[in-house]
Amino acid sequence: MNMELVRNVPKGGFNFDNCKRNEMLLSSGFQHPKTVKTGTTIAGIIFKDGVILGADTRATEGPIVSDKNCSKIHYLAKNMYCCGAGTAADTEMTTDLIASQLEMHRLNTGRQVPVVAANTLLKQFLFRYQGHISAALVLGGVDKTGSYIYCIHPHGSTDKLPYATMGSGSLAAMSVFESRWKPDMTEEEGKLLVRDAIAAGVFNDLGSGSNIDLCVIRKDSVDYLRNYELANLKGKRHGDYRFKPGTTELVGKEEIIEVVPFEAFHKKLYGDETAEAMEVGA
Amino acid sequence: MDFSQDYGIHDNAVSTGTTIMAVEFDGGVVIGADSRTSTGLFVANRVTDKLTRITDKIYCCRSGSAADTQAIADIVAYSLNYHENQTGQDPLVAEAASEFRNYCYNYRDSLLAGIIVAGWDKRNGGQVYSIPLGGMLKRESVTIGGSGSSYIYGYVREAYRPQMNKEDCVAFVVKAVKHAIYHDGSSGGVVRIGIITEDGIERRVFFNTESGNPVEIGN
Repeated sequence: MNMELVRNVPKGGFNFDNCKRNEMLLSSGFQHPKTVKTGTTIAGIIFKDGVILGADTRATEGPIVSDKNCSKIHYLAKNMYCCGAGTAADTEMTTDLIASQLEMHRLNTGRQVPVVAANTLLKQFLFRYQGHISAALVLGGVDKTGSYIYCIHPHGSTDKLPYATMGSGSLAAMSVFESRWKPDMTEEEGKLLVRDAIAAGVFNDLGSGSNIDLCVIRKDSVDYLRNYELANLKGKRHGDYRFKPGTTELVGKEEIIEVVPFEAFHKKLYGDETAEAMEVGA
Repeated sequence: MDFSQDYGIHDNAVSTGTTIMAVEFDGGVVIGADSRTSTGLFVANRVTDKLTRITDKIYCCRSGSAADTQAIADIVAYSLNYHENQTGQDPLVAEAASEFRNYCYNYRDSLLAGIIVAGWDKRNGGQVYSIPLGGMLKRESVTIGGSGSSYIYGYVREAYRPQMNKEDCVAFVVKAVKHAIYHDGSSGGVVRIGIITEDGIERRVFFNTESGNPVEIGN
Protein backbone atom coordinates (compact mmCIF):
# COMPACT_ATOMS: atom_id res chain seq x y z
CA MET A 1 0.00 0.00 0.00
CA ASN A 2 2.73 2.46 0.98
CA MET A 3 4.83 1.38 -1.94
CA GLU A 4 1.94 2.22 -4.24
CA LEU A 5 1.76 5.77 -2.80
CA VAL A 6 5.48 6.38 -3.24
CA ARG A 7 5.35 5.17 -6.79
CA ASN A 8 2.54 7.62 -7.62
CA VAL A 9 4.34 10.77 -6.49
CA PRO A 10 4.69 12.86 -9.69
CA LYS A 11 8.16 13.90 -10.86
CA GLY A 12 9.01 17.58 -10.57
CA GLY A 13 9.93 19.92 -13.44
CA PHE A 14 8.68 20.35 -16.97
CA ASN A 15 6.86 17.68 -18.87
CA PHE A 16 8.03 17.21 -22.45
CA ASP A 17 5.61 14.43 -23.41
CA ASN A 18 3.85 16.68 -25.91
CA CYS A 19 7.15 17.56 -27.59
CA LYS A 20 7.87 13.85 -28.07
CA ARG A 21 4.34 13.33 -29.33
CA ASN A 22 4.68 16.18 -31.84
CA GLU A 23 8.00 14.84 -33.10
CA MET A 24 6.42 11.44 -33.57
CA LEU A 25 3.44 12.93 -35.40
CA LEU A 26 5.75 14.92 -37.67
CA SER A 27 8.03 11.98 -38.41
CA SER A 28 5.08 9.81 -39.37
CA GLY A 29 3.84 12.40 -41.85
CA PHE A 30 1.18 14.19 -39.77
CA GLN A 31 0.83 17.89 -38.95
CA HIS A 32 1.60 19.54 -35.62
CA PRO A 33 -1.45 20.35 -33.49
CA LYS A 34 -1.94 24.13 -33.74
CA THR A 35 -0.62 26.31 -30.92
CA VAL A 36 -3.27 28.25 -29.03
CA LYS A 37 -2.91 32.01 -29.54
CA THR A 38 -4.97 34.96 -28.40
CA GLY A 39 -6.21 37.56 -30.85
CA THR A 40 -6.20 41.22 -29.92
CA THR A 41 -6.24 44.76 -31.26
CA ILE A 42 -4.24 47.29 -29.27
CA ALA A 43 -3.05 50.73 -30.32
CA GLY A 44 -1.55 53.98 -29.10
CA ILE A 45 -0.91 57.47 -30.45
CA ILE A 46 0.80 60.67 -29.42
CA PHE A 47 -1.45 63.75 -29.49
CA LYS A 48 -0.93 67.42 -28.58
CA ASP A 49 -1.03 67.06 -24.78
CA GLY A 50 0.00 63.44 -24.24
CA VAL A 51 -0.78 59.91 -25.39
CA ILE A 52 -3.94 57.86 -25.97
CA LEU A 53 -3.97 54.07 -25.65
CA GLY A 54 -6.75 51.82 -26.90
CA ALA A 55 -7.67 48.13 -26.74
CA ASP A 56 -10.48 45.73 -27.55
CA THR A 57 -11.90 43.51 -24.78
CA ARG A 58 -12.09 40.00 -26.26
CA ALA A 59 -10.14 37.11 -24.72
CA THR A 60 -10.03 33.82 -26.61
CA GLU A 61 -9.02 30.21 -26.07
CA GLY A 62 -8.62 28.85 -29.56
CA PRO A 63 -11.99 29.31 -31.27
CA ILE A 64 -13.83 30.02 -27.99
CA VAL A 65 -14.42 33.55 -26.65
CA SER A 66 -13.52 33.03 -22.98
CA ASP A 67 -14.12 36.62 -21.78
CA LYS A 68 -16.26 39.17 -23.57
CA ASN A 69 -15.16 42.12 -21.48
CA CYS A 70 -11.57 41.69 -20.30
CA SER A 71 -9.21 44.58 -19.62
CA LYS A 72 -6.04 44.82 -21.75
CA ILE A 73 -4.74 48.25 -20.72
CA HIS A 74 -2.48 47.58 -17.75
CA TYR A 75 -1.17 49.97 -15.09
CA LEU A 76 2.60 50.53 -14.98
CA ALA A 77 2.94 53.80 -13.08
CA LYS A 78 0.89 56.95 -12.48
CA ASN A 79 2.15 58.41 -15.75
CA MET A 80 2.41 55.17 -17.74
CA TYR A 81 0.05 52.48 -18.98
CA CYS A 82 0.70 49.50 -21.22
CA CYS A 83 -1.55 47.59 -23.65
CA GLY A 84 -0.89 43.87 -23.88
CA ALA A 85 -1.41 41.37 -26.70
CA GLY A 86 -0.42 37.71 -26.81
CA THR A 87 -0.86 35.22 -23.98
CA ALA A 88 -3.05 36.92 -21.36
CA ALA A 89 -1.15 35.42 -18.42
CA ASP A 90 2.21 36.59 -19.81
CA THR A 91 1.11 40.20 -20.45
CA GLU A 92 -0.49 40.41 -17.01
CA MET A 93 2.52 39.00 -15.13
CA THR A 94 5.06 40.98 -17.18
CA THR A 95 3.33 44.33 -16.65
CA ASP A 96 2.70 43.63 -12.94
CA LEU A 97 6.35 42.72 -12.39
CA ILE A 98 7.66 45.79 -14.22
CA ALA A 99 5.09 48.01 -12.44
CA SER A 100 6.52 46.95 -9.08
CA GLN A 101 10.10 47.54 -10.28
CA LEU A 102 9.12 51.01 -11.53
CA GLU A 103 7.52 51.87 -8.19
CA MET A 104 10.70 50.76 -6.37
CA HIS A 105 12.73 52.90 -8.77
CA ARG A 106 10.48 55.91 -8.10
CA LEU A 107 10.83 55.44 -4.35
CA ASN A 108 14.63 55.07 -4.59
CA THR A 109 15.16 58.10 -6.82
CA GLY A 110 12.34 60.26 -5.47
CA ARG A 111 11.43 61.24 -9.02
CA GLN A 112 8.75 60.45 -11.56
CA VAL A 113 10.14 57.56 -13.61
CA PRO A 114 10.73 58.33 -17.31
CA VAL A 115 9.03 56.21 -19.99
CA VAL A 116 12.40 55.06 -21.43
CA ALA A 117 13.09 53.33 -18.11
CA ALA A 118 9.94 51.22 -18.45
CA ASN A 119 10.85 50.46 -22.06
CA THR A 120 14.35 49.31 -21.07
CA LEU A 121 13.08 47.14 -18.20
CA LEU A 122 10.46 45.50 -20.41
CA LYS A 123 12.80 44.85 -23.35
CA GLN A 124 15.58 43.43 -21.17
CA PHE A 125 13.08 41.20 -19.36
CA LEU A 126 11.57 39.88 -22.61
CA PHE A 127 14.99 39.46 -24.29
CA ARG A 128 16.16 37.34 -21.35
CA TYR A 129 13.36 34.85 -22.11
CA GLN A 130 14.20 34.76 -25.87
CA GLY A 131 10.59 35.17 -27.02
CA HIS A 132 9.18 32.39 -24.82
CA ILE A 133 7.14 35.00 -22.93
CA SER A 134 4.44 35.87 -25.45
CA ALA A 135 3.90 39.50 -24.60
CA ALA A 136 3.51 42.04 -27.40
CA LEU A 137 3.12 45.44 -25.80
CA VAL A 138 2.26 49.02 -26.67
CA LEU A 139 3.73 51.17 -23.93
CA GLY A 140 2.54 54.76 -23.57
CA GLY A 141 3.32 57.50 -21.11
CA VAL A 142 4.17 61.09 -20.36
CA ASP A 143 7.18 62.30 -18.38
CA LYS A 144 9.24 65.46 -17.80
CA THR A 145 10.83 65.14 -21.26
CA GLY A 146 7.67 64.57 -23.35
CA SER A 147 5.10 62.02 -24.56
CA TYR A 148 6.16 58.58 -25.78
CA ILE A 149 4.72 55.49 -27.45
CA TYR A 150 6.89 52.35 -27.60
CA CYS A 151 6.14 49.13 -29.45
CA ILE A 152 7.67 46.13 -27.66
CA HIS A 153 7.85 42.75 -29.41
CA PRO A 154 8.03 39.38 -27.58
CA HIS A 155 11.73 38.85 -28.45
CA GLY A 156 12.68 42.16 -26.86
CA SER A 157 13.00 44.53 -29.79
CA THR A 158 11.41 47.95 -29.42
CA ASP A 159 10.38 50.81 -31.68
CA LYS A 160 9.76 54.42 -30.63
CA LEU A 161 6.88 55.68 -32.78
CA PRO A 162 4.30 58.47 -32.93
CA TYR A 163 1.56 55.88 -33.48
CA ALA A 164 1.63 52.11 -33.03
CA THR A 165 -0.61 49.04 -33.23
CA MET A 166 -0.15 45.43 -32.19
CA GLY A 167 -1.93 42.08 -32.05
CA SER A 168 -3.80 40.21 -34.76
CA GLY A 169 -5.92 43.31 -35.47
CA SER A 170 -2.83 45.50 -35.92
CA LEU A 171 -3.17 45.55 -39.70
CA ALA A 172 -6.74 46.85 -39.60
CA ALA A 173 -5.90 49.40 -36.91
CA MET A 174 -2.71 50.56 -38.66
CA SER A 175 -4.63 51.25 -41.88
CA VAL A 176 -6.75 53.75 -39.94
CA PHE A 177 -3.67 55.43 -38.40
CA GLU A 178 -1.78 55.53 -41.71
CA SER A 179 -4.62 57.37 -43.42
CA ARG A 180 -5.65 59.79 -40.66
CA TRP A 181 -2.93 60.36 -38.04
CA LYS A 182 -1.26 63.80 -38.07
CA PRO A 183 1.02 65.57 -35.60
CA ASP A 184 -0.48 67.69 -32.78
CA MET A 185 -4.03 66.36 -32.85
CA THR A 186 -6.52 67.57 -30.21
CA GLU A 187 -7.73 65.19 -27.51
CA GLU A 188 -11.16 64.79 -29.14
CA GLU A 189 -9.60 64.10 -32.57
CA GLY A 190 -7.19 61.64 -30.97
CA LYS A 191 -9.86 59.74 -29.05
CA LEU A 192 -11.98 59.42 -32.19
CA LEU A 193 -8.98 58.16 -34.20
CA VAL A 194 -8.00 55.51 -31.62
CA ARG A 195 -11.66 54.49 -31.25
CA ASP A 196 -11.89 54.04 -35.02
CA ALA A 197 -8.62 52.10 -35.15
CA ILE A 198 -9.75 49.66 -32.44
CA ALA A 199 -13.21 49.43 -34.05
CA ALA A 200 -11.49 48.46 -37.33
CA GLY A 201 -9.86 45.59 -35.45
CA VAL A 202 -13.05 44.65 -33.60
CA PHE A 203 -15.10 44.41 -36.80
CA ASN A 204 -12.51 43.10 -39.30
CA ASP A 205 -10.35 40.76 -37.21
CA LEU A 206 -11.86 37.51 -35.94
CA GLY A 207 -9.51 37.43 -32.94
CA SER A 208 -10.68 40.83 -31.69
CA GLY A 209 -14.14 41.89 -30.59
CA SER A 210 -16.59 43.21 -28.01
CA ASN A 211 -15.98 46.65 -26.48
CA ILE A 212 -13.42 49.44 -26.75
CA ASP A 213 -11.27 50.65 -23.83
CA LEU A 214 -9.35 53.92 -24.00
CA CYS A 215 -6.77 55.51 -21.73
CA VAL A 216 -5.79 59.17 -22.09
CA ILE A 217 -2.54 60.17 -20.37
CA ARG A 218 -1.79 63.90 -20.08
CA LYS A 219 1.08 65.78 -18.40
CA ASP A 220 -0.45 65.47 -14.93
CA SER A 221 -3.75 63.61 -15.29
CA VAL A 222 -5.04 60.29 -16.55
CA ASP A 223 -8.48 59.29 -17.82
CA TYR A 224 -8.89 55.53 -17.81
CA LEU A 225 -12.01 55.15 -19.96
CA ARG A 226 -13.01 51.55 -19.34
CA ASN A 227 -15.70 50.50 -21.84
CA TYR A 228 -15.45 53.88 -23.66
CA GLU A 229 -17.74 52.38 -26.24
CA LEU A 230 -19.92 49.28 -26.14
CA ALA A 231 -19.45 48.43 -29.81
CA ASN A 232 -21.31 45.14 -29.60
CA LEU A 233 -24.51 45.47 -27.57
CA LYS A 234 -26.81 42.49 -27.68
CA GLY A 235 -29.59 43.21 -30.19
CA LYS A 236 -33.14 43.76 -28.92
CA ARG A 237 -35.63 41.05 -29.80
CA HIS A 238 -38.53 42.71 -31.56
CA GLY A 239 -41.00 39.81 -31.65
CA ASP A 240 -42.11 37.17 -29.16
CA TYR A 241 -41.50 33.78 -30.68
CA ARG A 242 -43.01 31.66 -27.89
CA PHE A 243 -46.22 29.77 -28.65
CA LYS A 244 -49.19 31.18 -26.78
CA PRO A 245 -50.87 28.80 -24.29
CA GLY A 246 -53.66 26.91 -25.95
CA THR A 247 -52.03 26.91 -29.39
CA THR A 248 -52.25 23.14 -29.50
CA GLU A 249 -55.78 21.88 -29.09
CA LEU A 250 -56.40 19.10 -26.55
CA VAL A 251 -58.06 16.09 -28.04
CA GLY A 252 -59.49 14.68 -24.79
CA LYS A 253 -59.14 15.08 -21.05
CA GLU A 254 -59.85 12.11 -18.76
CA GLU A 255 -57.91 9.40 -20.56
CA ILE A 256 -54.70 11.32 -21.16
CA ILE A 257 -54.04 13.24 -18.01
CA GLU A 258 -53.52 11.11 -14.95
CA VAL A 259 -51.77 12.46 -11.87
CA VAL A 260 -49.50 9.81 -10.34
CA PRO A 261 -47.66 10.63 -7.08
CA PHE A 262 -43.89 10.09 -7.34
CA GLU A 263 -43.76 7.47 -4.55
CA ALA A 264 -46.38 5.38 -6.22
CA PHE A 265 -44.64 5.73 -9.57
CA HIS A 266 -41.31 4.68 -8.05
CA LYS A 267 -42.88 1.72 -6.29
CA LYS A 268 -44.48 0.66 -9.54
CA LEU A 269 -41.12 0.68 -11.29
CA TYR A 270 -38.64 -0.66 -8.70
CA GLY A 271 -40.70 -2.08 -5.83
CA ASP A 272 -39.96 -1.36 -2.13
CA GLU A 273 -36.63 -3.13 -1.71
CA THR A 274 -34.76 -1.66 -4.65
CA ALA A 275 -35.78 1.84 -3.63
CA GLU A 276 -34.23 1.41 -0.18
CA ALA A 277 -31.15 -0.28 -1.53
CA MET A 278 -30.57 2.68 -3.83
CA GLU A 279 -30.88 5.15 -0.96
CA VAL A 280 -28.29 3.28 1.05
CA GLY A 281 -26.03 3.17 -1.96
CA ALA A 282 -26.32 6.89 -2.47
CA MET B 1 -9.60 29.90 -41.07
CA ASP B 2 -6.60 31.26 -39.30
CA PHE B 3 -5.34 34.26 -41.22
CA SER B 4 -2.66 35.10 -38.70
CA GLN B 5 -0.67 32.09 -39.89
CA ASP B 6 -0.59 33.45 -43.42
CA TYR B 7 0.65 36.85 -42.40
CA GLY B 8 3.17 35.30 -40.02
CA ILE B 9 2.76 38.08 -37.51
CA HIS B 10 3.05 35.81 -34.49
CA ASP B 11 5.75 33.21 -34.92
CA ASN B 12 8.39 35.18 -36.76
CA ALA B 13 10.92 37.15 -34.82
CA VAL B 14 11.14 40.82 -35.69
CA SER B 15 14.04 41.21 -38.07
CA THR B 16 15.64 44.01 -39.94
CA GLY B 17 15.70 42.61 -43.47
CA THR B 18 18.04 45.38 -44.30
CA THR B 19 20.46 47.32 -46.38
CA ILE B 20 23.27 48.97 -44.44
CA MET B 21 26.50 50.58 -45.62
CA ALA B 22 29.51 52.54 -44.40
CA VAL B 23 32.34 54.36 -46.19
CA GLU B 24 35.55 55.93 -44.84
CA PHE B 25 36.64 59.34 -46.12
CA ASP B 26 39.38 61.73 -45.15
CA GLY B 27 38.19 63.18 -41.85
CA GLY B 28 35.34 60.83 -41.05
CA VAL B 29 32.84 58.20 -42.17
CA VAL B 30 29.49 58.16 -43.93
CA ILE B 31 27.00 55.55 -42.77
CA GLY B 32 23.67 54.73 -44.39
CA ALA B 33 20.67 52.43 -44.00
CA ASP B 34 17.14 51.86 -45.21
CA SER B 35 14.29 52.17 -42.68
CA ARG B 36 12.24 48.97 -42.93
CA THR B 37 11.62 46.53 -40.04
CA SER B 38 9.56 43.47 -40.91
CA THR B 39 7.91 40.51 -39.16
CA GLY B 40 7.38 37.92 -41.86
CA LEU B 41 5.37 39.67 -44.55
CA PHE B 42 4.30 42.59 -42.34
CA VAL B 43 6.20 45.86 -42.14
CA ALA B 44 6.38 46.47 -38.38
CA ASN B 45 8.09 49.85 -38.71
CA ARG B 46 8.62 51.86 -41.90
CA VAL B 47 10.64 54.67 -40.31
CA THR B 48 13.17 52.65 -38.28
CA ASP B 49 16.51 54.18 -37.36
CA LYS B 50 19.08 51.42 -37.85
CA LEU B 51 21.97 53.82 -37.30
CA THR B 52 22.33 53.43 -33.55
CA ARG B 53 24.39 55.64 -31.27
CA ILE B 54 27.09 53.95 -29.18
CA THR B 55 28.98 57.11 -28.22
CA ASP B 56 28.78 60.61 -29.70
CA LYS B 57 31.33 59.69 -32.37
CA ILE B 58 30.80 55.94 -32.72
CA TYR B 59 27.67 54.54 -34.34
CA CYS B 60 26.66 51.07 -35.48
CA CYS B 61 24.50 49.92 -38.41
CA ARG B 62 22.27 47.01 -37.37
CA SER B 63 21.10 44.07 -39.49
CA GLY B 64 19.57 40.71 -38.57
CA SER B 65 17.31 40.19 -35.55
CA ALA B 66 16.11 43.52 -34.16
CA ALA B 67 16.00 42.15 -30.62
CA ASP B 68 19.53 40.72 -30.75
CA THR B 69 21.17 43.78 -32.31
CA GLN B 70 19.38 46.23 -30.00
CA ALA B 71 20.40 44.17 -26.96
CA ILE B 72 24.08 44.07 -28.01
CA ALA B 73 24.12 47.76 -28.94
CA ASP B 74 22.62 48.70 -25.56
CA ILE B 75 25.20 46.62 -23.68
CA VAL B 76 28.16 48.01 -25.66
CA ALA B 77 26.85 51.58 -25.34
CA TYR B 78 26.56 51.11 -21.57
CA SER B 79 30.03 49.65 -21.31
CA LEU B 80 31.70 52.38 -23.41
CA ASN B 81 29.86 55.08 -21.47
CA TYR B 82 31.28 53.55 -18.28
CA HIS B 83 34.74 53.47 -19.93
CA GLU B 84 34.31 57.15 -20.84
CA ASN B 85 33.37 58.10 -17.29
CA GLN B 86 36.24 56.14 -15.71
CA THR B 87 39.02 57.28 -18.07
CA GLY B 88 37.73 60.72 -19.04
CA GLN B 89 38.60 59.91 -22.65
CA ASP B 90 36.58 59.06 -25.75
CA PRO B 91 36.78 55.35 -26.54
CA LEU B 92 38.45 54.26 -29.79
CA VAL B 93 36.33 52.93 -32.65
CA ALA B 94 38.50 49.79 -32.61
CA GLU B 95 37.63 49.23 -28.94
CA ALA B 96 33.92 49.51 -29.68
CA ALA B 97 34.24 47.16 -32.65
CA SER B 98 36.22 44.68 -30.58
CA GLU B 99 33.57 44.65 -27.88
CA PHE B 100 30.85 44.08 -30.49
CA ARG B 101 32.94 41.25 -31.95
CA ASN B 102 33.32 39.58 -28.56
CA TYR B 103 29.55 39.38 -28.07
CA CYS B 104 28.86 38.40 -31.70
CA TYR B 105 31.53 35.67 -31.63
CA ASN B 106 30.93 34.24 -28.17
CA TYR B 107 27.17 34.05 -28.65
CA ARG B 108 27.34 33.26 -32.40
CA ASP B 109 25.11 30.18 -32.01
CA SER B 110 22.24 32.07 -30.39
CA LEU B 111 22.50 35.43 -32.18
CA LEU B 112 21.43 36.66 -35.58
CA ALA B 113 23.37 39.90 -35.90
CA GLY B 114 25.33 41.46 -38.74
CA ILE B 115 26.79 44.75 -37.54
CA ILE B 116 28.88 47.52 -39.05
CA VAL B 117 30.70 49.69 -36.50
CA ALA B 118 31.78 53.11 -37.75
CA GLY B 119 33.04 56.30 -36.18
CA TRP B 120 35.83 58.75 -35.64
CA ASP B 121 38.55 58.85 -33.00
CA LYS B 122 41.58 61.05 -32.39
CA ARG B 123 44.15 58.31 -32.98
CA ASN B 124 42.98 56.77 -36.27
CA GLY B 125 40.42 59.20 -37.73
CA GLY B 126 37.38 57.80 -39.55
CA GLN B 127 37.15 53.99 -39.45
CA VAL B 128 34.73 51.33 -40.59
CA TYR B 129 34.64 47.82 -39.10
CA SER B 130 32.50 44.98 -40.39
CA ILE B 131 31.23 42.16 -38.12
CA PRO B 132 29.33 39.60 -40.22
CA LEU B 133 27.25 36.67 -38.92
CA GLY B 134 29.98 34.36 -37.56
CA GLY B 135 31.58 37.08 -35.45
CA MET B 136 34.61 37.96 -37.60
CA LEU B 137 36.03 41.48 -37.25
CA LYS B 138 37.66 43.25 -40.14
CA ARG B 139 38.45 46.89 -40.92
CA GLU B 140 37.37 47.93 -44.41
CA SER B 141 37.38 51.28 -46.22
CA VAL B 142 33.93 50.53 -47.60
CA THR B 143 31.46 47.82 -46.54
CA ILE B 144 27.86 46.81 -47.07
CA GLY B 145 25.56 44.50 -45.13
CA GLY B 146 22.04 43.08 -44.76
CA SER B 147 19.83 41.21 -47.20
CA GLY B 148 19.77 44.11 -49.65
CA SER B 149 23.55 44.25 -49.93
CA SER B 150 23.63 41.23 -52.28
CA TYR B 151 22.12 43.39 -55.00
CA ILE B 152 24.73 46.15 -54.86
CA TYR B 153 28.09 44.34 -54.55
CA GLY B 154 28.67 44.99 -58.24
CA TYR B 155 27.70 48.64 -58.05
CA VAL B 156 29.77 49.30 -54.93
CA ARG B 157 32.85 47.60 -56.41
CA GLU B 158 32.49 49.58 -59.63
CA ALA B 159 31.63 53.00 -58.22
CA TYR B 160 33.83 53.17 -55.11
CA ARG B 161 36.94 55.32 -55.47
CA PRO B 162 39.44 55.84 -52.66
CA GLN B 163 39.86 59.41 -51.35
CA MET B 164 36.34 60.58 -52.18
CA ASN B 165 35.27 63.78 -50.45
CA LYS B 166 32.39 63.94 -47.96
CA GLU B 167 29.60 64.90 -50.34
CA ASP B 168 30.73 62.36 -52.95
CA CYS B 169 30.59 59.67 -50.23
CA VAL B 170 27.06 60.74 -49.23
CA ALA B 171 25.89 60.65 -52.85
CA PHE B 172 27.53 57.23 -53.29
CA VAL B 173 25.91 55.73 -50.17
CA VAL B 174 22.47 57.16 -50.96
CA LYS B 175 22.62 55.84 -54.51
CA ALA B 176 23.78 52.38 -53.41
CA VAL B 177 21.12 52.03 -50.70
CA LYS B 178 18.50 53.33 -53.14
CA HIS B 179 19.41 50.59 -55.61
CA ALA B 180 19.26 47.95 -52.87
CA ILE B 181 15.84 49.18 -51.73
CA TYR B 182 14.58 48.96 -55.29
CA HIS B 183 15.64 45.32 -55.74
CA ASP B 184 15.24 43.93 -52.19
CA GLY B 185 11.72 43.35 -50.88
CA SER B 186 12.87 43.37 -47.25
CA SER B 187 14.48 46.80 -47.57
CA GLY B 188 12.43 49.95 -47.98
CA GLY B 189 11.22 53.28 -46.69
CA VAL B 190 13.64 56.19 -46.56
CA VAL B 191 17.43 56.31 -46.75
CA ARG B 192 18.95 57.45 -43.49
CA ILE B 193 22.46 58.87 -43.59
CA GLY B 194 24.92 59.75 -40.85
CA ILE B 195 28.17 61.67 -41.35
CA ILE B 196 30.55 61.24 -38.41
CA THR B 197 33.53 63.56 -38.13
CA GLU B 198 35.61 65.16 -35.38
CA ASP B 199 32.63 67.42 -34.64
CA GLY B 200 30.15 64.58 -34.04
CA ILE B 201 27.35 63.37 -36.28
CA GLU B 202 25.30 65.08 -38.96
CA ARG B 203 22.09 63.28 -39.87
CA ARG B 204 20.23 63.40 -43.19
CA VAL B 205 17.08 61.73 -44.49
CA PHE B 206 16.31 61.07 -48.16
CA PHE B 207 12.67 60.45 -49.18
CA ASN B 208 11.18 59.11 -52.45
CA THR B 209 13.71 56.39 -52.75
CA GLU B 210 11.66 54.02 -54.83
CA SER B 211 10.83 56.51 -57.57
CA GLY B 212 12.10 59.91 -58.67
CA ASN B 213 14.99 61.85 -57.25
CA PRO B 214 15.85 61.80 -53.56
CA VAL B 215 14.69 64.79 -51.57
CA GLU B 216 17.07 65.91 -48.86
CA ILE B 217 16.05 67.45 -45.58
CA GLY B 218 18.43 68.73 -42.98
CA ASN B 219 18.30 67.33 -39.47
